[in-house]
Amino acid sequence: MPPPAAEAAPAAPVVDLVGVCRRFGQVDALAGLDLQVPANRITVLLGPNGAGKTTAIRMITGALDPNEGTVRTFGLDPSRRGEEVRRRCGVVSAKPALYDRLDGHANLSYAAELYGLGRGDHIDERIHAAAARFGIEHALDQRVGGYSTGMKTRLALARSILHEPDLLLFDEPTSGLDPESSHAVLEMIREMADDGRTVVMCTHLLLEAEGLADRVVVMENGRHLVAGTPDDLTRRFWPGTVLLVESVIEGALAGAGTIPGVTTVEPDTDPRRLRLHLDGDARIPEVIEALVQSGVRLRRAEPIEPSLEDLYFAVRTKSSIAEDGGRRLMPTEAPMTDRHQQVAALTGWPGATETDHNQPQDDHA
Amino acid sequence: MSSDGGGWRDLDRRRIAIVARCDLRQLLEDKGFWLPMVFLGGIFFVLIPTVLLLTITRIGNVDAVSQISDTLKVLPQAAQDQIRGGTDEGRTAYALAVFLLAPVAIVVPLTISTAIGASTIVGERERGTGEFLAHSPAHEREIYLGKLLASLLPGYGTTLVGFGIYSIIVNVFVGPEVGGWFFPTRQWWVLMLWVVPPFLALTLSIVLRLSARVKSTAAAQQAAGLVTLPMIGIAYSQSTGALFGADWSGFALGAVAWVVAAIGLTRGMRAVSRARLLGVADGV
Repeated sequence: MPPPAAEAAPAAPVVDLVGVCRRFGQVDALAGLDLQVPANRITVLLGPNGAGKTTAIRMITGALDPNEGTVRTFGLDPSRRGEEVRRRCGVVSAKPALYDRLDGHANLSYAAELYGLGRGDHIDERIHAAAARFGIEHALDQRVGGYSTGMKTRLALARSILHEPDLLLFDEPTSGLDPESSHAVLEMIREMADDGRTVVMCTHLLLEAEGLADRVVVMENGRHLVAGTPDDLTRRFWPGTVLLVESVIEGALAGAGTIPGVTTVEPDTDPRRLRLHLDGDARIPEVIEALVQSGVRLRRAEPIEPSLEDLYFAVRTKSSIAEDGGRRLMPTEAPMTDRHQQVAALTGWPGATETDHNQPQDDHA
Repeated sequence: MSSDGGGWRDLDRRRIAIVARCDLRQLLEDKGFWLPMVFLGGIFFVLIPTVLLLTITRIGNVDAVSQISDTLKVLPQAAQDQIRGGTDEGRTAYALAVFLLAPVAIVVPLTISTAIGASTIVGERERGTGEFLAHSPAHEREIYLGKLLASLLPGYGTTLVGFGIYSIIVNVFVGPEVGGWFFPTRQWWVLMLWVVPPFLALTLSIVLRLSARVKSTAAAQQAAGLVTLPMIGIAYSQSTGALFGADWSGFALGAVAWVVAAIGLTRGMRAVSRARLLGVADGV
């Protein structure tokens, strides 16, 4: 009988990358990436194009070897025991990687054979079951070249689960899909995680990771900036409780700063609105009641919950500040939208000087 | 390059066959590929021999036959000694059938196989399917050998079928002139079954290496043109009768070709890496 301490020990991560570097010519695709993927969870790799997400996926299966650092998948070194690792992985790449001249069934049949499932009626049944799960069974006898992008993605998803892998790796699986198809694909990914599989998904689309990610890893320039659950990130990068209030009459909220529990009053571009920073969630009803009792006719009172996009920009903003000691006024990529500027303001940018800026931002718990 | 797996003993022949079968199936599904192949074989193995041999043996244009008969005197003596037939028509038809028309059987598999081989690996990369193979359990060497088979079989298969049809045509039209069915001659059996396969495999091993290294299918096909020169050299030698003046020369050439092909294949297997399938290897 194992000792109690062993029973309580956390499960080893399915994927464990430590200090992984990979260069392509003069370009560092990965520059010391640390990544841990817990079992039976959806881990989302977030980052702009070129952040190293796809290279990270390729490291996990052993499709590429690192120049430096260690990679362990299922506790195995994919460079040496790649076949064992890849048998247990299902991959959907950004391009569906299907054979256009073959029909859907032949594509799945090829994968089944390569992954050692063999041929025969029982495999046909499995192929049809996988295709049916993703709503593509009706098109199995059609050439893949005639499929729409959504159909190709569904077929690629069906192919990825055909051999019942333990680890699913999805590299921007909704790339090129319309919103309805994207939503359907994300639902399917959620279902697969609910079946007990471990999922790693890369995306630069923050909205699609919203609500899907059990764990988020924000990447940039081949490194992880931060990792954790969305709740962890909210606690660490969001400035606390913020209440957006809007009155019917302009200037009516002038006295809001004197209400107990309001720590900061932040103006909005609309003069009838204010963002009130509170010292806790419990203050929200008290502050609203105080405003009403003071005669303010409220049109809107809304606690601002950070979206994943807000958190992402908060993390990236802080990272940029940390890198240059707070001198940088704008992140290096993508113009800032009004929303991003609001987030930057909420999280202390620009010129923020929080003491934790230079501390390690990872939490591999 | 992923380093898992050992040498030849670790290769899974079943997976090599799976990769080859998938490629062959794609070729069969592509009329744009096999229609020209059938057309090419039809012209060189059926149409041209039928027209020429029928003209010489049945219509018998005396001036033309005499002119061709005169040109046979420039062939090496060993080749001239092999020419059979009691009449000018018979000797001319025999020489055409054995020395001038048949060597196309060497060029046809080369044309077909190099066209397939040149695009096979770079094509996976261009279509994005290299990503699927790179993440699959298949070893790089299994992928390489599967693709080699898928390139070799259509070319060599077409040649064997075409050569068979050609042999029937030759024997039907020329046989009566030279005393019965005579083709393939002993030298041609040696050439087709012993010499051509290793030369084809060697050429393809180089073509596949090129296909793994270049950036585009077009570049692979351009480069592949250069490595077909040895095969064209054999075809030319055979057309002049210089290659098979003696029986041992064919066996010796074949033996050397098999050894060189084995070396070429072993070296060629190292050219396919997962990084190259993904298109991220240095220089790709």
